[in-house]
Amino acid sequence: MLLIRCPYCEEERPELEFRHAGEAHIARPAPITDISDDDFEGYFFIRSNPKGIVYERWRHIHGCARFFNAVRDTVSDKFLMTYKAGEPKPELKGSSR
Amino acid sequence: MVEVARRTLALAGRHAAGEGVTVVPGEPASRISLRAPDASIAALSKALGVKLPQKPKASAASGSRMALWLGPDEWLIIDEDEADLAAALSRVRALHSAVDVSHRNLAIFVSGPNAEAVLNGGCPQDLSLEAFPVGACSRTVLGKAEIVLLRTDEQTFRVECWRSFSDYVFTFLSEAARDAA
Ligand SMILES: [Zn+2]
Repeated sequence: MLLIRCPYCEEERPELEFRHAGEAHIARPAPITDISDDDFEGYFFIRSNPKGIVYERWRHIHGCARFFNAVRDTVSDKFLMTYKAGEPKPELKGSSR
Repeated sequence: MVEVARRTLALAGRHAAGEGVTVVPGEPASRISLRAPDASIAALSKALGVKLPQKPKASAASGSRMALWLGPDEWLIIDEDEADLAAALSRVRALHSAVDVSHRNLAIFVSGPNAEAVLNGGCPQDLSLEAFPVGACSRTVLGKAEIVLLRTDEQTFRVECWRSFSDYVFTFLSEAARDAA
């Protein structure tokens, strides 16, 4: 079983307590009613899905219930780091974006 | 003739045991799900008579009352004497949300030298005394159900689960108790 460090609980916890919540750092356009259909499609549906390092939202749903962000390698399935929601995106070597 | 409805507890009369462990339902208690920002903690602690813990997995107790840290702005308050917690909080002007969940949850006590092993039959957390000392609490999972776990002494855990999950949780713990040893 994977152990995932929750930045709010400040310790590693078993993966069964967590739920994946999609790609991180996707800013909602403002005002969203002004953007074109194509731009909305890009914001709402299109995800980068790279091979390698991804930035994701996760939720410690069966723990403190908080959303946070994680950097994970999709090849090794290793969590490289986790950080609180709202904190800036850390730049890691090998990052695709 | 008037039939009087009689209320019974969800786990009334149930009891399970295994080598070095017993599993018994707890008595009814009053409970509040409390959400509040940092700025309200002092006022709420004063009104409840128990200091709301701010460290992960920490709990605090005073008399029959307990406050369990569940998240950075969330606590489960339990009063084993069924005190009116909503009334205690009703005069607090500081921002907070208090929801009475007394009948949503019920308690199951797992105790004995094998209590830790029995809970680990379905709970993936490290429950050793180093990682989960007396007074530690956490929302977590047991099998397919979500629970709140509180270690009340070295060999006793209080399991809080939702009422509708209680048959599953109790049966799960009973099976795990049979396998302990
Ligand atoms: Zn957490």
